[in-house]
Amino acid sequence: MLSIKGLNAWYGSSHVLQGVDIEVGEGEIVCLIGRNGAGKTTTLKSVMGLVDKTTGSVTFEGKELLGEPAHVRFHHGLAYVPEERRIVAGLDVRDNLRLGLLASRDKAREKELIAETAKIFPRLAERLDQTAITMSGGEQQMLAIARALISSPRLVMLDEPSEGIMPVLVDEMFELFRDLKGRGVTILLVEQNVELALGIADRAYVIDQGEIVHQATAAALLADAEIQERYCAV
Amino acid sequence: MNGLSLDLLGLQLFTGVALGALYILMAVGLSLIFGMLTVVNFAHGAFYMLGAYVGLWLMMHGANFWIALVVAPLAVAGVGLAVERVLIRPLYGRGIDYPLLLTFGLSYIIVELVRVAFGNTGYPVDTPEALQGAVDIGVGYFPLYRLFVIAATAVILAALWFFLEKTSFGLIIRAGARDPQIVRVLGVDVSRVWLIVFGLGTGIAALAGLLSAPLQGVIPEMGGPILAEAFVVVVVGGMGSLAGAAVAGLLVGIVVSMTSLFAPEMSRVAIFALMAIVLLIRPQGFFGRAGLMS
Repeated sequence: MLSIKGLNAWYGSSHVLQGVDIEVGEGEIVCLIGRNGAGKTTTLKSVMGLVDKTTGSVTFEGKELLGEPAHVRFHHGLAYVPEERRIVAGLDVRDNLRLGLLASRDKAREKELIAETAKIFPRLAERLDQTAITMSGGEQQMLAIARALISSPRLVMLDEPSEGIMPVLVDEMFELFRDLKGRGVTILLVEQNVELALGIADRAYVIDQGEIVHQATAAALLADAEIQERYCAV
Repeated sequence: MNGLSLDLLGLQLFTGVALGALYILMAVGLSLIFGMLTVVNFAHGAFYMLGAYVGLWLMMHGANFWIALVVAPLAVAGVGLAVERVLIRPLYGRGIDYPLLLTFGLSYIIVELVRVAFGNTGYPVDTPEALQGAVDIGVGYFPLYRLFVIAATAVILAALWFFLEKTSFGLIIRAGARDPQIVRVLGVDVSRVWLIVFGLGTGIAALAGLLSAPLQGVIPEMGGPILAEAFVVVVVGGMGSLAGAAVAGLLVGIVVSMTSLFAPEMSRVAIFALMAIVLLIRPQGFFGRAGLMS
């Protein structure tokens, strides 16, 4: 479904990704792991169109994405939940959710979709009129995910969703990812919590210094202490 | 109390509000454009002047004031759209000084072109017939046209508020001003939004220019002083804030009219003194967010 081939990315003169290859099949959860600074976030950003200089090929359902602006990639069915969550200050929870539908074909069904989303995210349902940035980190992360999902994307990319969040909420969140998979949503997940991520993933890629150094099924990688030690230990 | 009665102060207060109305119209555009595009639009005064001249030209060619009041802002908004699309867009991502210098230069070009077309000397503009005369507002007789300027500004402000707070496009503008990247990720073509905001801002500036014409006449240099005053209003009210522009615009207008009652030569100095005091006490302005420039 998503096919990344020979992807290079630069920040200024720094060559951050050096020929990354990743395949994500329809309905899969694929996990990208590696140390801080290995190139995980840059990979997701490059797929979404947020890195100025990229070469290689990124196709989504056969369509080449490189060269398309980010907002066009959204319309292909791609969603991205950035690490910093980027909840918009000054807006309440409902308006942050509405943002997720502004450009969507489903905009006319706004009320209905917000109600549906509130059912999936009960923590948000209670807080629809609250200023979003006054919520806890975990609740903000839920909101960022809900905002990305409300337009029913085909593939969701999540960057470090568990970072800085209470364990109870993390479990709730990963349960949700499993549900999403059950509903046919494809997920590309970047996660520091390797064990947790491999627990729900089908396959995993290990990235180091801008290159994919290893790929395996999640189960095999979970059992491979050496690889985990070598590339993922902090 | 001979000469300085309460009634006179009251009338002068209303004069200040009418003046403030023009400042507000200028400041909301500047503030919106800065908040969204991070463009300090030094051509805003030139668009104000252009609005007055396009209106004048229309009236010379048989249009009445009301038609001019609708058509001139639309025409200047069209110019604004072209300026953003062709001249400003290539400069995004290059730092705040590039569009600042570009619009600064552009303002000179527009003023010079108007001088070539209309000459260096100004024109008086008649107050439309329906708005001539004065009405008793309790404290004395106040020019009807100035009341109209105040009312027109209130209508524009209310419409802008509704647009920004109650419509989907307004939500895009509010979110995009704070985080354009997330708005792009959510599928919105932000560059189109910037284009529309720039056109909207220049159109409102043109409206202000034409509204000022019956009060002050038109000359090619008319945009200079009001641009400086509108910048003061934006800074005092807080960058990017509609409410800030409204409150600060009224305040600056009243300060000017009151100072000119007691010490006319000090009225422009008073504006900048007010700005200095506000900046010392509250650097982000009345309604501004701290750190917007960083």
